[in-house]
Amino acid sequence: MSDPQFVETQHFTFADPPNELVLKSGVKLGPVTMAYETYGTLNAAKSNAILIFHALTGDAHAAFWHKGDKAPGWWDPMIGPGKAFDTDKYFVICANIIGGCKGSTGPSSINPATGKPYGLRFPVITIEDMVVAQKRLIDHLGIKKLLCASGGSMGGLMALKWAVLYPDTLHSAIPIATNYKHTAQQIALHEVARQAIMSDPHWNKGDYYGGELPAQGMAVSRMIGHITYMSERSMEEKFGRKLQGKEKLGYDFSHDFEVESYLKYRGASFVQRFDANSYLYISKALDYFDLSEDGDLVKVFKGVKTKFLIVTFTSDWLYPSYQSKDIVRAMKANDIDVSFIEIDTSYGHDSFLVEINGQSKLVRDFLNNAAQSVTS
Amino acid sequence: MRNDHKYILEMIEPNSRVLDLGCGNGELLSLLMAQRNCRAAGIEIDEKEIYKCVERGVSVSHGDIDSGLSDYADKTFDYVILNESLQEVLNPEKVIAEALRVGKKAIVGIPNFCNLNARLQIFFLGRVPVTEGLPYKWYNTPNLRFLSIKDFRDFCLERSIVIENECAFGAGGKIPFAHNLLSDIAIFLIRK
Repeated sequence: MSDPQFVETQHFTFADPPNELVLKSGVKLGPVTMAYETYGTLNAAKSNAILIFHALTGDAHAAFWHKGDKAPGWWDPMIGPGKAFDTDKYFVICANIIGGCKGSTGPSSINPATGKPYGLRFPVITIEDMVVAQKRLIDHLGIKKLLCASGGSMGGLMALKWAVLYPDTLHSAIPIATNYKHTAQQIALHEVARQAIMSDPHWNKGDYYGGELPAQGMAVSRMIGHITYMSERSMEEKFGRKLQGKEKLGYDFSHDFEVESYLKYRGASFVQRFDANSYLYISKALDYFDLSEDGDLVKVFKGVKTKFLIVTFTSDWLYPSYQSKDIVRAMKANDIDVSFIEIDTSYGHDSFLVEINGQSKLVRDFLNNAAQSVTS
Repeated sequence: MRNDHKYILEMIEPNSRVLDLGCGNGELLSLLMAQRNCRAAGIEIDEKEIYKCVERGVSVSHGDIDSGLSDYADKTFDYVILNESLQEVLNPEKVIAEALRVGKKAIVGIPNFCNLNARLQIFFLGRVPVTEGLPYKWYNTPNLRFLSIKDFRDFCLERSIVIENECAFGAGGKIPFAHNLLSDIAIFLIRK
């Protein structure tokens, strides 16, 4: 093992009025700040850049360590020297999405018009808006064409959207555990999570900054989220019917089972690290997402020349494999070079964060071939 | 190079588009890319093999042959290869029809169940034969279908499928005559 590598989050601000970012809704947003981190070194030809997109509650801190932290970035097993996204070879970038709460402009940012946090005055954003904002960052870094874009879950949606929006700027892409549109079940689960937050009296129509946080609502929404990120089998393997801190059933409504206390712990810690309004905005953006827009997915990929590796997991019931197979089919109809794999694992949707061996081999080899075809 | 790969390479024109159904570790496709400058894609059901394909830079889809062909439009490929995989599919008749729909031509490699060695084993030993082309016991064979070269010729004739080329071989190389009696494996180049 090499020594831990440290990184600091950087910031890039653009879209100062009167040149605001025009969102898909038509509303203008500006100025916009993007928090981002980079790992590795950009080569002279600027041809080794890889953009990593994070998932719903992720952030720009994808890898390496922040001084004083107890854990490295969220995809550190995948990004680093000698790892799948090898920072000895590639220049890896990860930015916090707009609408987020980890340094990029979002509902908890100060609204320049009022001098107070935006709250619900923040405009509704889409996945497309998030991608457009990241394109501005990549332009700012002077990169004309990315070697690869990758991400799991929402990050996968963004990689697909980038390929469709900017086909000439993306050599290859690895969307993982993702979909091309949010289905009724995915929307329904998000709506339950949103209702949990909005029904917390402390949410106060989004105006809670500086006051008491909607902790209970956030906790419930996170508990639902965590259930959807696991599989029945992974929960059974991890918790079973084990009791937490007691020998026998309590016959009351304090928690008995380990799974209950796990969810409670996850829920309680969530409000400390994530903004409730950001959760509402980002989950809404996900639910609005439909790459096909008018329903014709084959048409959407017309003219896309990106080479794809699409990865799914057998036990992922939140973003099941058949949805990615639809993407593969539409790509094949457009003569797009695509590989598809369904990795057999019990970890559910979370697999993209924890199933490291298989993904590492695939990503490393796929990038090797992609990098060779760029230089040859 | 494996004999079957060598003979398939001989049948394929340079710069073709090729789909390999049941492409395994992608070895044949990477040979076609390197030596015939083909644009290649594969379908493979075994997850372990997908990693090897990606390592070789072969584009591959993880799935079964029976359903994987519906993804492609008519005549997408110059050749669709079914090498040592036809005998493992549930519905070979439909797979051949689909292969000849998405491909202008198909290359089908089959183990010959009725060569002299197999016939002798059945006749004198009274047991299901184990041969060069069919190395499995009855209880561990992946094969669902057992056919001879003559059976495949009949199948084509009944469906007006043209056999453009037939290459039969054993461990020692190509067999020039009496294919059905003497060869372990045959590779057919067919078209509708």
